[in-house]
Amino acid sequence: MGTTASQLDKGMLSEYQELTFLTKQEILLAYKRFSELLPKEETNGLSYRIPMNAILELPELKTNPFNKRICMVFSTSDSHDGSLSFDDFLDLLSAFSDSATLEIKSHYAFRIFDFDDDGTLGRQDLEKLVNCLTGGTVDTSLTPEEMKQLIDNILEESDIDKDGTVNLSEFQHVISRSPDFVS
Amino acid sequence: MLHKNSTLSYCLQSTKIHCLLLVFAHTVREFFFYRKEYKLFYQKILLICLFIPFLNESMSFLGDEQFEGGNKEKRHREKRRDGSKDRRKRANAKRRERSRADRENEEFEERLGKREKGRRGRVKNDQEAKKRDEQDSEDKENSEDKEVKPESLSPDELEKLKEAVDEKKKLIQSLRGKPWPMKKKLVTLQETLRIQSHDDQDFENFKTACIPWEMKIKEIESHFGSSVASYFIFLRWMYGINMILFGLTFGLVMVPEALMGRPYGSIPRKTVPRAEEASAMDFAVLWDFGGYAQYSVLFYGFYSNQRAIGWLKFRMPLSYFLVGVGTVAYSYMVVIRTMARNANESGVGDDNSFNFSWKMFTSWDYLIGNPETADNKFASITTCFKEAILEEQESRKDDNIHLTRFLRVLANFLVLCCLAGSGYLIYFVVRRSQKFALDGFENHTWWERNEVNMVMSLLGMFCPMLFDVISTLENYHPRVALQWQLGRIFALFLGNLYTFIIALMDEINVKREEENIVKFNITMWEASLYNGTVSENFTASPITIHPADVPRGPCWETMVGQEFVRLIISDTMTTYITLLIGDFLRAVLVRFLNHCWCWDLEAGFPSYSEFDVSGNVLGLIFNQGMIWMGAFYAPCLPALNVLRLHVSMYLQCWAVMCCNVPQERVFKASGSNNFYMAMLLVILFLSTLPNIYTIVTIPPSFDCGPFSGKNRMFDVIHETLESDFPAWFSKVFSYASNPGLVLPFILLMVLAIYYLQSTSKSYKEANVELKKKLQMVIQIMKIILLLPTTVNNWRNNNASFQGQEGEILLPKSRQLENESYSCLIIQTYCLRRKERVTFFSKKTYDNEVKKKSFPVVFSF
Repeated sequence: MGTTASQLDKGMLSEYQELTFLTKQEILLAYKRFSELLPKEETNGLSYRIPMNAILELPELKTNPFNKRICMVFSTSDSHDGSLSFDDFLDLLSAFSDSATLEIKSHYAFRIFDFDDDGTLGRQDLEKLVNCLTGGTVDTSLTPEEMKQLIDNILEESDIDKDGTVNLSEFQHVISRSPDFVS
Repeated sequence: MLHKNSTLSYCLQSTKIHCLLLVFAHTVREFFFYRKEYKLFYQKILLICLFIPFLNESMSFLGDEQFEGGNKEKRHREKRRDGSKDRRKRANAKRRERSRADRENEEFEERLGKREKGRRGRVKNDQEAKKRDEQDSEDKENSEDKEVKPESLSPDELEKLKEAVDEKKKLIQSLRGKPWPMKKKLVTLQETLRIQSHDDQDFENFKTACIPWEMKIKEIESHFGSSVASYFIFLRWMYGINMILFGLTFGLVMVPEALMGRPYGSIPRKTVPRAEEASAMDFAVLWDFGGYAQYSVLFYGFYSNQRAIGWLKFRMPLSYFLVGVGTVAYSYMVVIRTMARNANESGVGDDNSFNFSWKMFTSWDYLIGNPETADNKFASITTCFKEAILEEQESRKDDNIHLTRFLRVLANFLVLCCLAGSGYLIYFVVRRSQKFALDGFENHTWWERNEVNMVMSLLGMFCPMLFDVISTLENYHPRVALQWQLGRIFALFLGNLYTFIIALMDEINVKREEENIVKFNITMWEASLYNGTVSENFTASPITIHPADVPRGPCWETMVGQEFVRLIISDTMTTYITLLIGDFLRAVLVRFLNHCWCWDLEAGFPSYSEFDVSGNVLGLIFNQGMIWMGAFYAPCLPALNVLRLHVSMYLQCWAVMCCNVPQERVFKASGSNNFYMAMLLVILFLSTLPNIYTIVTIPPSFDCGPFSGKNRMFDVIHETLESDFPAWFSKVFSYASNPGLVLPFILLMVLAIYYLQSTSKSYKEANVELKKKLQMVIQIMKIILLLPTTVNNWRNNNASFQGQEGEILLPKSRQLENESYSCLIIQTYCLRRKERVTFFSKKTYDNEVKKKSFPVVFSF
């Protein structure tokens, strides 16, 4: 870790620690993982953007059905290609870490589920979400009727103002009471 | 239209406005009142605040300052969280102020009597209102955009944020709680943060570095999902507790006695008796915790009853007693605190109001990093969805309830039979082993000597399988079935344990009778010895007799301790052997015999085993129960348990990683966390009961242990109070322990519990009530939002509306049963616009129309 640690000087490290929910060791570990993804000739790791395909090769993200969405949400690239810089990468890890607050988790979860980036979860978003969760293959996916019923049920429960979509505050309201989400 | 008329109606209706305001203000106040108790109301207030721009817009027609004030208060309470929104609202308010002034000018003009102009003004006003609406909706869109994409905050907003950071250093720490990209956070931090101590940071780092096995557990988590990992986290938690118990007993009981107490061989209780000396070092005897192991600090009997030992004047008996009480008290404290914390975190989520949404939004386990587990998870989520849909459909119809009921009763009967049978078997075996013990163990085979432990372990292994078969009869939902299964295994273990204890009690009684005989014999023996020495040599005192030759009582406390230690050892061995055979050997066979076998072993019958989370957790809980029970009589038990848990951690981690496959039915762990904790609490309670019983009712042995020579074990407290504390203290203590004081105290506690419980119940009811109110308020707001456009449409369709009556149909909402609220709002709205409005009563209007809408009739 000698060479990699030297790139992250102490001040940077403590700043990063201040701004994320990660500890020093975790940040160093994250940097190690990140620099493994860097191409050989790249020396300045902090400013380089790793393309989405390389990120998706990480085993932790490879099996996640929302992996593309996660990259898109955390990417700050101007071209919206889902590429991540080290800052974005740390943001991602911080949001997913154990000690992150409920608020930030629900915020990012909402953005990940909002497939068309329109600020609410409409029927289409929910449909895509179900397809992602059921694996997207033919034999495991639900029939159209089941899908309709499921989405109707979900909207019935969580769409408090009955506008046909789930917005952020409704989402947070629902999710903050879930025992699975809290812990 | 006459102006007088409208002012009159204003007077009449103003009372109604106040009613509405009161209702709303009341709701708001209640929201704030309950915010602390219920976090979720905070969310609801947020929801309302989203509506506030609309509300202000619509309510500004009312021109009521009180309402504005209420909103302001709400805004203040919203803290800094949405500072940008706040500012926008203020701008809106300013704009509204301006438009209100405009309107008032127009009203003045109207008063001049130029009706035509007034009407034009109204039209203009309406256009303005439309524009405003458009603007506002734009604003809202913008603000929502801002919320979703906070990176597009403008520079002055950033400035504001910086101010906030400067104001409060504490806020810096909340920076990481903001959903911004790192760059922005970094810039904000660098520009605001100058001095910051890193002490707490370093401490945090140190703390995380101290958590053991973190990487191991994380690895398992990614392979098997969070439920398997939760077992290991539980194991680690147990390890922590046992470490503290071990520290207490080791530091305050075992070490002082070993260092400062009388050495081995100085008094009879610390010496191996002559008859056993020959075999005292044999491995078989030591393995049974007899011989030298029995006469060591590991067991109760070794401790002497000296009041103070060593140069420190360490009060050994007192310390022994207090450590025994302290371990139990500490365990209670930890378990209850953990339970309370768990309940705090997830207690609100007990209701089923968001069943589907939770399945949808929170079902993915983000820790999974293994393709196979991911596939299983996909499948399980799909079945979960399908099941939920089916359940929803089937909840209306119920089929053949009698058959299911009969089968369930039958299953429970069978289970009860099993439990009774296993209980009897254990009782029988224990009695038989007592008989063997009377004959002497040497005459019996290995099986006969270890019958009790083996039978208990075997029952613990096979009965759960039997229960599993029986539970297929019942046709429960998997989660419910799992809880039943756990409950039954729990009952089985508990029954076994208690039969074991009852049998032990019998044995204790036998030993005590034996003790009386020995006591009598000893007095005889001493008398004869004394006579003998006197007659032969006066100077030779009884000291010359080697302590190994002194006859002694059976010491039932050590016997109990030994039984528990043996039980723990055999339990541990069975666990490890099942692990090795059931998991490892099976995996090896399946893996290597698969090439030369007639069917596919990996996919077919034996296949690889899954990790049984619930069974393992139960095993752990029961093991802990035995530790709590036996720790008083065998101070070595916590140490043994620490060792066992430590080995378990590595062995099971290895076994899971190398020979288990991910579960097909992947359960989320957190749901049943408190269930396990509740079991632990029950076990703790039940395991302290026999301990307390023995301490309070049975006198300690006369020649072994720290309490020998006393009538009861707790007499040590009295003794200390009398001799080590000043007189007034023991007086105070005796007053405090007077039943006259204790009983009222207990009564008070019961009352307090009752009070707290009823309060929490009423909070719950208030919660439900507020939920209803919230929905109603939202509905009313929707009507308010709808009103301007509806009225405009109507007006456009009826160009010459002057003095006419018309009808506007407003959509009737499902939840809004009480129409009067909305009518009230419409009335006030119309009042501000100098329009008169009348309503049809419910009864007069045609039922057909009423179903879809409720009518509002305007007349101008």
